[in-house]
Amino acid sequence: MMSYIARRILYAIPILLGVNILTFLLFFFVNTPDDIARAQLGDRRVTAEAIEQWKASKGYDKPMFWNSDADSFKKLSETVFYDKSVRMMFFDFGSSDSGRDINYDISQRMWPSLAIAIPSLLIGLAINISLALMIVFFRGTTIDTAAVVICVFLLSISSLFYIIGGQFLISKLLHLVPISGYDSGINAFKFLILPVIIGVISGIGSGVRWYRTLFIEEISKDYVRTARAKGLKETTVLFRHVLNNAMIPILTGVVVILPLLFMGSLLTESFFSIPGLGSYTIDGIQRQDFAIVRSMVYLGSVLYIIGLILTDISYTIVDPRVRLN
Amino acid sequence: MVLFGIKFVFLITDILLFTLFAIVIAYFTYARRHEHIYAPWKRLLNNKIAMGTAAVLLCYLFIAFIDSIHFRLPAEQTTQVQSSQAQNTQQFQSETLSVLDILLASLREKNETTYSAPFASHSFTKETIEQEDGQQTRIYPALKYGGTHLSEGESKLADILIRSLPGIIKGSLLTLFALLLIAFRNKQKHQYSFRESLAGVINGSSGAQWKPFLIVLGAVFILAAVIAELSSVYHVFGTDKIGSSVLYQSLKSIRTGIMIGTLTTLVMLPFALALGIAAGYFRGWIDDVIQYLYTTLNSIPSVLLIASAILMLQVYLDDNQDNYASLLERADLRLLFLCMILGVTSWTGLCRYLRAESLKLREMDYIAAARTMGVGHITIITRHILPNVMHIVLITVVLDFSALVLAEAVLAYVQIGVDPTTESWGNMINSARLEMARDPAVWWSLTAAFVFMLVLVLAANLFSDAVRDALDPRGESHAKP
Repeated sequence: MMSYIARRILYAIPILLGVNILTFLLFFFVNTPDDIARAQLGDRRVTAEAIEQWKASKGYDKPMFWNSDADSFKKLSETVFYDKSVRMMFFDFGSSDSGRDINYDISQRMWPSLAIAIPSLLIGLAINISLALMIVFFRGTTIDTAAVVICVFLLSISSLFYIIGGQFLISKLLHLVPISGYDSGINAFKFLILPVIIGVISGIGSGVRWYRTLFIEEISKDYVRTARAKGLKETTVLFRHVLNNAMIPILTGVVVILPLLFMGSLLTESFFSIPGLGSYTIDGIQRQDFAIVRSMVYLGSVLYIIGLILTDISYTIVDPRVRLN
Repeated sequence: MVLFGIKFVFLITDILLFTLFAIVIAYFTYARRHEHIYAPWKRLLNNKIAMGTAAVLLCYLFIAFIDSIHFRLPAEQTTQVQSSQAQNTQQFQSETLSVLDILLASLREKNETTYSAPFASHSFTKETIEQEDGQQTRIYPALKYGGTHLSEGESKLADILIRSLPGIIKGSLLTLFALLLIAFRNKQKHQYSFRESLAGVINGSSGAQWKPFLIVLGAVFILAAVIAELSSVYHVFGTDKIGSSVLYQSLKSIRTGIMIGTLTTLVMLPFALALGIAAGYFRGWIDDVIQYLYTTLNSIPSVLLIASAILMLQVYLDDNQDNYASLLERADLRLLFLCMILGVTSWTGLCRYLRAESLKLREMDYIAAARTMGVGHITIITRHILPNVMHIVLITVVLDFSALVLAEAVLAYVQIGVDPTTESWGNMINSARLEMARDPAVWWSLTAAFVFMLVLVLAANLFSDAVRDALDPRGESHAKP
């Protein structure tokens, strides 16, 4: 088991390297630091001194890959590539273009993100699975068809509509909870209710449809026929046998997204002004803060790859038929 | 290109959309002659939901198509221009229009000063008006174009109903015409009597479910005709902040939505096909390299990859502002680039399916037979593998379409979507969302954008389900979460 995990982690390294180099090329080669400085400073006829100054203050004034002026090891380390990319490889994100410490920001902002993402995921999972089981219980009837049509309708609605509509209905018309904002500790609760509810509702369409497909696939297998042939009740078959076996794809589907929960949801967080990583990313994009966007690209990729590794491991745990090789 | 005194302008996205239409038409003419390729499409013609939603999709595609024919009208000749310029160089207006703009000229030109609700006859906001006796009063000023024909105290509802009637009649006549057209075509094809043919179309025994198609088409026609009738005296969907018609914006946005949904696929298809099949067919190190490539791209969260690419494009466009003749061209380039970068983020899924399928296909007996007869790799791939993975391509294409249309709105919110000057549902939503906080709320702009988007996405989703059922022999195995 240990050797398997070690091998999976080793396999992840070249991918991370690829992501790192790709983002470096995207941010520093498509446009040179001069172009970025000009765009950041705003005016198109900005002076050469101002550009040099901006580059020096951000550390973009060094050579790209090879500093022939420095001696020995510094030939490699006194470069933009080393400063920006090699450090990022080891999670040292440095400071943002506006001068804040990115590592500190991330450590502060991931908690509000998790406070929304985890309840949304758990409640959503419970509701989607129970609804899907209910639909499967009535499979082949009009209820089944109607439910599938409703699901397709729900998943055709833009997520922006769920958020804007939800805020309008619950906060503005009914005045039940604050429209947006965040507070520390237990006071955060009243700010979290609405985003979580909206997150759950907007996921019902696609979620229920997906789980229904899983259950229907499972229900046509031989062991279900055997269970029925033994004379078990339909509810027992569904809840004891089908649900247990369908847990394998459900669990592994959830494990993949677990690490990404840290990143939070871009839309929800910025609409409800929650100081999480999602709104951090959006702010970075809107203020054209390249350092933040680059760090989030890398962090997102790392978390995704961790998710893949966890999925492979969880497969071997929940499904004994899967071999480690 | 100058034809009939009009200068036609071809944007890059226009040309790509026409190419796409040409490819689709060519494919179907080819499929018609090959029974085994045409069989699944026949199943689709007999699917009620597919035919009903196809009517909606065709209407959207038609609007996108006529909105993609751009031209510049000749300028009104003034004496000044004639004297200063050589006589034989014709002058054109600086504004580039599309066929849709000409059809909607009345909507485009009737601008109010600011917000007005649907069917309103007075402005949404109070203004200070100086009266003849010098007194200033704050009133809701009457609109310039909306509801001006109504006299004081006249019932608006009655007026709307009376004015809808001709629209309903026109729409019904148009539907009847479509019905006769289809019946006539069937008569020519199958040598029925016209009466038999008409009955076949209505009861669905003519080889295709024309009834749901005509019902939906009729509903769209009647709705469109009623709205057209009412638009002459009202702003049916209200007006936005600068007083332009919301209906006009929603219709113009259709082109952007369709472009993003279709061009993205067109851009990514060559990569996905070539790499996916190559990985599955050749295996070995080629497979390793391609797998590494798509795992790496896939592991970058797509929103962030798009954001980085668009940020870089913005910097590039800012630095090279002088290279573009017009704002329209610039906006068009950004739309194209957005499609390309969306394509880069979405080809990996298709590539993986294609690889898995090719891995399976290459072990088939008929491919082994072809190989023993000395058929080359290229021929095996184009003759034997490509046709057998086409259903996966088609299913993914239609499944992705609705997701892409929805993604456009989200990207516009993050300000990494299409150019702010391009009409799109995302831009409409983005500029109107803060107005929900007003009291009373300005809801019509948002609602119009959401409704237009919902109709397209819902139709596309239902249609893609039908396509999947018709094309995929293994049932629902491709359903994504």
